[in-house]
Amino acid sequence: MIRRLVDSEDPDRLYTVTGGRSRAGDTAFDLVTLVTSRSEPTPGMQSEHVRILRVCRAPTAVVELSADLKLPVSIVKILLSDLLERGRISARHPSTPNDPSQLPDPAFLKQVLVGLQKL
Amino acid sequence: MDSRSSEPAARPPLQTTARDGVKIVIVGGFGVGKTTMVRSVSEIRPLSTEEVMTEAGVGIDDNGDVLEKNTTTVAFDFGRISLDAEMVLYLFGAPGQERFWFLWERLFAGTLGAVVLVDTRRVADSWYAIDRLEHHRMPFIVARNNFGSPEHSLEDLREALSLSPNVPVIDCDARARSSSKDVLITLVRHLCELSAAREEREAEAS
Repeated sequence: MIRRLVDSEDPDRLYTVTGGRSRAGDTAFDLVTLVTSRSEPTPGMQSEHVRILRVCRAPTAVVELSADLKLPVSIVKILLSDLLERGRISARHPSTPNDPSQLPDPAFLKQVLVGLQKL
Repeated sequence: MDSRSSEPAARPPLQTTARDGVKIVIVGGFGVGKTTMVRSVSEIRPLSTEEVMTEAGVGIDDNGDVLEKNTTTVAFDFGRISLDAEMVLYLFGAPGQERFWFLWERLFAGTLGAVVLVDTRRVADSWYAIDRLEHHRMPFIVARNNFGSPEHSLEDLREALSLSPNVPVIDCDARARSSSKDVLITLVRHLCELSAAREEREAEAS
């Protein structure tokens, strides 16, 4: 199950995909930020951007895109920052607090519990 | 690896109303059944991906060229459960080994809680994961993936793992959907209790 995509791959590809950047911008994409396309791909677009816009016709989590594109999560976040900057996608970030000592409120957890019980 | 040749595997799309992603992480040693558990409750076939962490060049070789950057790669599996029209739970199966924890903050900040999946024959595999979860102040429960009649009681396990009395410890069968579902419910009930207790403390303090 453990793959070695990046280790076995020409690192130049990842460099090319992101235009040499190794960090996403200020926009904090989470693993489970849900991304939706706001427009169809246009001719001449980078192929990764085209694929993201196609997959995200329905809301899709960052981590699902990472699996689909077979690219590390951090690379996908950079690609998404580009698209967000150009207004091509919208992003719904998780509401859960980032600090684990800040537990979500009981009403939110109750909602999760109800959803699980219905499985 | 050619991005043009492989379209994403078909999977049911999320509802257009989906707006809030929630994370739960299952941590455990190699072969303990993390992916099995994800598969048994997920609405999609488990997917796999990875994250890399690059450390700046570590040294210079004899020719004076900077050596290749040192990268740490962590692979993980995940599945998905639509909880209602808006909330989507992502369930991650993550290796408990040391390098994984370097990426915890980057990947799993905001996680609701964790399930430590334990193989009774290799209890010691879980010590490190439990230590790290406590360090990150991440609420967790312990689930023993039971492959047969256990030699030890759950209380023995609690003792072997030096768990505080309020951490739930349960048996499960990761292959069974209903059992994996119960594990998740046990975790979320535990979180509800912690959250309620905190609200009480805050009410008393104010």
